[in-house]
Amino acid sequence: MNDSATPPQVPGHGSDGPAAGHGDAGFGAGAVSLDHGHVEGSGLPAHFENPGLPPHQPRHADVDPKAAKRAERQVLALFTLSVLGTVLFVVAYFMFRPEQLFFFPFFGHVSILNLLLGLGMGLSLLGIGLGAVHWAKTLMPDTETIEERHTTGASEEDRKALVQALVDGKEESQLGRRPMIGVLGGTALGLFAVPLGLQVVGGMGRLPGSELSETFWQTGMRLMRDPEMTPVKASDVTLGAAFHILPEHLDASVEELDKLGYVSAEEKRTGDYRFDQDLGYLERKAKAVVLLMRLRPEQFKSDKARDWGYHGIVAYNKVCTHAGCPVGLYEQQTHHLLCPCHQSTFDVTQDCAVVFGPAKRALPQLKIGVDDEGYLIATQGFMEPVGPSFWERG
Amino acid sequence: MSTAAATHEGAGQPADAGSRGAAPTTPVGKVATWFDDRTGLAKPIRYLMKKVFPDHWSFMLGEVAMYSMLIALLTGVLLTLWYIPSMGHVVYDGAYGPLNGIGMSEAYASTLEISFAVKGGLLIRQIHHWSALFFVAAVGLHAARVFFTGAFRKPREINWVIGTVLLLLACIEGFAGYSLPDDMLSGVGLRVMEGFLQSTPILGSYMAYMLFDGPFPGELIIPRLYMAHMLLVPAIIIGLFTAHLVLVMVHKHTQFPGPGKTNENVVGFPVMPVYAAKAGGFFFIVFGIITLIAALVTINPIWAYGPYDPSPVTADVQPDWYMGFADGALRLLPGWLEFELLGYTLSLNLALGSIFLLPAVFGIMGAYPFFEAWVTGDKREHNLLDRPRNRPTRTAIGMAAITCYFVMFLAAGNDLMAIKLGLSINDITVWLRILFFLGPVIVFIITKRICLNLQRQDRELVLHGTETGRVVMTPEGKFFEVHEPLDPYTRWNLVDYEAQRPLELTSGEDARGVAAPEAKSSKRRAWWSRFYFADRVEPVTPAELAAAHHDGHDHEAVEGSDDEGRTPAIAGRPASH
Repeated sequence: MNDSATPPQVPGHGSDGPAAGHGDAGFGAGAVSLDHGHVEGSGLPAHFENPGLPPHQPRHADVDPKAAKRAERQVLALFTLSVLGTVLFVVAYFMFRPEQLFFFPFFGHVSILNLLLGLGMGLSLLGIGLGAVHWAKTLMPDTETIEERHTTGASEEDRKALVQALVDGKEESQLGRRPMIGVLGGTALGLFAVPLGLQVVGGMGRLPGSELSETFWQTGMRLMRDPEMTPVKASDVTLGAAFHILPEHLDASVEELDKLGYVSAEEKRTGDYRFDQDLGYLERKAKAVVLLMRLRPEQFKSDKARDWGYHGIVAYNKVCTHAGCPVGLYEQQTHHLLCPCHQSTFDVTQDCAVVFGPAKRALPQLKIGVDDEGYLIATQGFMEPVGPSFWERG
Repeated sequence: MSTAAATHEGAGQPADAGSRGAAPTTPVGKVATWFDDRTGLAKPIRYLMKKVFPDHWSFMLGEVAMYSMLIALLTGVLLTLWYIPSMGHVVYDGAYGPLNGIGMSEAYASTLEISFAVKGGLLIRQIHHWSALFFVAAVGLHAARVFFTGAFRKPREINWVIGTVLLLLACIEGFAGYSLPDDMLSGVGLRVMEGFLQSTPILGSYMAYMLFDGPFPGELIIPRLYMAHMLLVPAIIIGLFTAHLVLVMVHKHTQFPGPGKTNENVVGFPVMPVYAAKAGGFFFIVFGIITLIAALVTINPIWAYGPYDPSPVTADVQPDWYMGFADGALRLLPGWLEFELLGYTLSLNLALGSIFLLPAVFGIMGAYPFFEAWVTGDKREHNLLDRPRNRPTRTAIGMAAITCYFVMFLAAGNDLMAIKLGLSINDITVWLRILFFLGPVIVFIITKRICLNLQRQDRELVLHGTETGRVVMTPEGKFFEVHEPLDPYTRWNLVDYEAQRPLELTSGEDARGVAAPEAKSSKRRAWWSRFYFADRVEPVTPAELAAAHHDGHDHEAVEGSDDEGRTPAIAGRPASH
């Protein structure tokens, strides 16, 4: 760093600098050397003087009437271009319909209406803009003007008067003598927003309760293909296959779920549904999405993954444990699941533990089995909260 | 009208009831008089019309920001005529055939209709989106210009803070707008947003449930974002933008140093007619360019993404560019930043890159002028800008910050880079993690070196003038190249700056040897002052220039040492430099 400290000092140079013998009468013993900055008594000012505005250079159009005429014609041409652009817009608006597509090489099918409207409007605007700027630059005066600045602050007198007005105001309001008015008035002012604030905060949403820890999945629900909503037979899931899965009855109402036996007596009594029965379709779906894969059973490195699966078929929740995107990119070769949003990578052979990326927790597994007809079913709901972390998740 | 009224009612009175001096005769004069009689605005408007604005290409960036904001406002108002901010479920039956029969929200369906059924609707939508992108970009570049030229110094600190808030609001406004079409991508964006909120310590799940009125996605997020996007945030933006402009008027625009320009004047062109034509014309140029881009380049083709559905996945989930840095930060943060403490989950891998990142970035940005003022101890008003090279440390800090930003931004494309470059995404991410910490340091050092060297180059130029290429042989047989001294105007550009020296550290004790209470603070301040100003290149003084002219021949000798035994120097550069 030392090479950059202050203007570099040249050893020995200072004494050499003013050396006589060059016959330069202007700089005798008082002259200073390079890199010594200013030296008092050298007879030279400490700083350069501002030379003032450089002499004005007239433009072509200022001195040559022909050039001025040319500039005028250019401005007129640009304004004319603008008018033509507007005409193009109007004509295109009535000539074409939005669904008309034209094929352009390299670009493919292009909406001709959008293209022509945009070109017309663009030219209409650019013509005005370029014309005005060209006009200003070639024909309007280009001599620079000087405006003086003043310090931003007001005069000392005004400031004093302001402070005095504030002091007087306080005096006249008797705040000094009756301080409780200030205290209680301040308190009231500080609290006046509470009703509005409470109304907003109280009314904006409900409390989450335990909802973030629950999903729609319950014991016995079939695994259905997404989006066809057809049940999946274990034999349909071939080695290496992956299915997007939703729970059966995902769009059923609370009453229908009750008839199917998915609402307990306690839930009916308290109204506190434990399996999202009271949520809408998308809200249920947002947490219940599942990915189904089949590997060779010996590929799993944990017994739990094997035990919760069915002959190598495993089901994992698809909501990323990082930020909540659907983790749906399945690499058959490596058995990795990749989240497209932030590239968290989960290894299916390691019970979907995170092997790379910003997520921390493994994807929750859904325990599955088969029913009498050979269709895959959930043998229990998710045993841990799905999706991104939250404070009281534990 | 007025003359008629005068003849009917004002019999015996002069026709002009205002009666201050002679009545105006020109039409402009009449209108102006009518208006001034009722407002008294003649004086301030006259002042504004003659107000002088300095010229520099970089001052245009703020203008681009202002104009693209206006364009976004204008087109946004048009879009509200057709857009339906509702998550009500409909089965689409409309102009875009491929999606007929598909269930979707009214918001998405109405956006499709804007794009395909309303004539010119697609153009307006695309202008709206492009102008929003321009807006954020221009605000960012404008902020960079203000930073690197030191335009944030006294008296403009408040305006810098306002600008910082405007940049943050621009990002929020953009994000809200991006979410409104309720397409696949914007829905994923909202899902991630919900994850961000959830990651807030203690209050996370409550905040998420508040914003979404219950579990994600709910049915109110679109109406609420619509309110924020077209009422709340724009109102604040317009209010702050107005304050920003008023302060620019009050302070008068800064200018670069140059001949004739001082800290106490403004040199440029008056509003009427030159600036009115230039700035007014420039509005149309910006509008025209955005329109052409909107006509030629598709942006956010929501019809290709389909309606939002929590289940499907698409590979290229990318936010708009201005949210890229936050997205990249999320990709870089490692998973081990999530902790479980006493039965609670602290998800810093998510929170650091989202709900902490934005306040931190904009907080640091907004606080910078006050920090620098504390370091320099400078209480003067600054109306002359700094050339970035003349403030090496500040410029280096700015470049280091931009490097951080750029690494995060690149990280948001780590998947694209992996695909295009055929590299492992894991390697890219690990390297970017390292680069996030190492890059700013390297860039800081390099930038500072470059600035100092540019300053030295300026010094050289002032001291020795420009090379003419003419080599002259003296009668004694010496060769030297003739150097043309700079004219005073060019020279002034290179010498009109201050190189502050580091503050001297006081002993920290008063005369009686008692430790002063502010000693620690002043020690810190001295450290920072050294950090900023230890390395500096001072501007050439007249004395130095005289000295350079004085012994110039020796320095420019190409051949042998002279009779005083000095070291040879080549091409005007002292050998010892």
